[in-house]
Amino acid sequence: MRSDRGQSAPLGLKIAAAGGLLFLHLPIFLIFVYAFTTEEKSFVWPPPGLTTQWFAVTWNRPDVWQALSLSVRVAAISTAVALVLGTLCAAAVSRTRFFGRETISLLVILPIALPGIITGIALRSAFSLAEIPFSFWTIVLGHATFCVVVVYNNAVARFRRTSGSMIEASMDLGADGFQTFRHVVLPNIATALLAGGMLAFALSFDEVIVTTFTAGQQQTLPIWMLEELIRPRQRPVTNVVAMVVVLVTLLPILAAYYLTRDGDQIAGSGK
Amino acid sequence: MTSAVSFQKVSRHFGSVRAVDTVDLDIVPGEFFAMLGPSGSGKTTCLRLIAGFEQPTAGSISIFGERAEGVPPYRRNVNTVFQDYALFPHFNVLDNVAYGLMVKGVGKPERQKAAEEALSLVRLPGYGARRPGQLSGGQRQRVALARALVNQPKVLLLDEPLGALDLKLRENMQEELKSLQKALGITFVFVTHDQGEALSMADRVAVFNDGRIMQIGTPEDIYQRPKTRFVADFVGSSNVLPPDFVHRYSGQHRWGSLRPESIRVGRAAKSDGVTARLVSTNYLGATTRLALDADGLRLHAIVPAGAALPEEGEAVMLTFNRESLHLMDEPT
Repeated sequence: MRSDRGQSAPLGLKIAAAGGLLFLHLPIFLIFVYAFTTEEKSFVWPPPGLTTQWFAVTWNRPDVWQALSLSVRVAAISTAVALVLGTLCAAAVSRTRFFGRETISLLVILPIALPGIITGIALRSAFSLAEIPFSFWTIVLGHATFCVVVVYNNAVARFRRTSGSMIEASMDLGADGFQTFRHVVLPNIATALLAGGMLAFALSFDEVIVTTFTAGQQQTLPIWMLEELIRPRQRPVTNVVAMVVVLVTLLPILAAYYLTRDGDQIAGSGK
Repeated sequence: MTSAVSFQKVSRHFGSVRAVDTVDLDIVPGEFFAMLGPSGSGKTTCLRLIAGFEQPTAGSISIFGERAEGVPPYRRNVNTVFQDYALFPHFNVLDNVAYGLMVKGVGKPERQKAAEEALSLVRLPGYGARRPGQLSGGQRQRVALARALVNQPKVLLLDEPLGALDLKLRENMQEELKSLQKALGITFVFVTHDQGEALSMADRVAVFNDGRIMQIGTPEDIYQRPKTRFVADFVGSSNVLPPDFVHRYSGQHRWGSLRPESIRVGRAAKSDGVTARLVSTNYLGATTRLALDADGLRLHAIVPAGAALPEEGEAVMLTFNRESLHLMDEPT
């Protein structure tokens, strides 16, 4: 591939690439534009006029704040649960050998491979079977099923790269289990956990399918948006919220990407 | 006197594998003790039993008179230099060395001073601010040594610490470790599969095979007076002589060993000589190693470089002093 350097790609390829990127991102751009339109009943192109009034309207709508607050709380707690369980599970699978290790590893990853609707239906019937009323906590449980996987995957990859004798060295030098975790294990997996946690947060924040099956009357932000699309009034409010959602989910994912990339370099430089 | 480390009928089984099989061992305080054996012979498991990473399946271990079974590694006054050094990549060198003191709650200025001193001891003063990733293999090894010594252990365990170093560096480190051990007076327990290393460094050597100790003794004992065929062969590739052969020269029907350097190779017929055919010569620099075939018995002889050598395939006469023929305990 060296010889290709400096040579320009053919024009057709450039157009195809630009077309692909436009197809991916133009609709998102439209969403942003409609947040400033003066037409509130339907989306018309081009917008008849531009205004920033919808930001103020959105700010003053209590239902938006309720949905946003619920989404943030659900995402935060699901992520916290996932960080603890995912790390413990990753440590068990990568540090020790036991009967059924591979099976457990597969079973942990399975929820993210399953369609969300299956997870949703399964959880819903399980909750009603156990007569658990739908609440904030049932949403958290639903989201935790896939958040754990994300954290687990990140942590397990990092554990595999850290030398096992480092933990023994720490114990040998007088550190008990807790001190070893705090001073040796945690600093070595910290960036992996941060990355996993951010991805988990972003996944939970825009989740719709599992939430529809595990929520009661509460509306998370994506569910609120779905409902809002059917209503004729103040449509651009949805677009303003959409912009916020894009920012809130994009930033952690970008940060996670850069964190793990740096982490790889650190792990590689010691070799 | 209390032993530094004492094993009484210690076994460690992994499933059906007897990694360590009823080992009895007494290590004298202040000695440089080597555990020598091929890989899988149980020597590293013995080291891990002393460190506390393994628990014995049977038998009892005591360290300076205190029973060690069930005592976790962090409550033993024993430190280890790991084969891969196991330095903490997220700490600099000084924090690596000070780690043991930090977890014991020693104040920062005090532990940093102790760490600096330990680094000077291993001849790395002023390296504290570097990261382990910036050091060479030999330097990492010294940091690992300083990190263990700063805790002033009663016993220092070294798990093939020189294995990853090149020959020149290894020879330097052998001398340094030896003089460090003399100066500090700490009991060193050293695991190696390199017989030269064990013989040159240790006060006493334990030769391991199949989870058992074949022989414990001074390097001279092990080298000159091996008890079994395995020891004779593993330590310095001695010629192992079958009982029938030995009977002709000693009158006793026992296995014997004869060091290759004790065999003289000549052409003149001698009544007490052994006729043999030279199979191959192997030039080693200071010496030349000859492979010989004495009527089906494969023998090796080492002669000084420059000696007149017979041609390959030529018949030769081998002679040796009766005293250099060592009779072994190995059952016939």
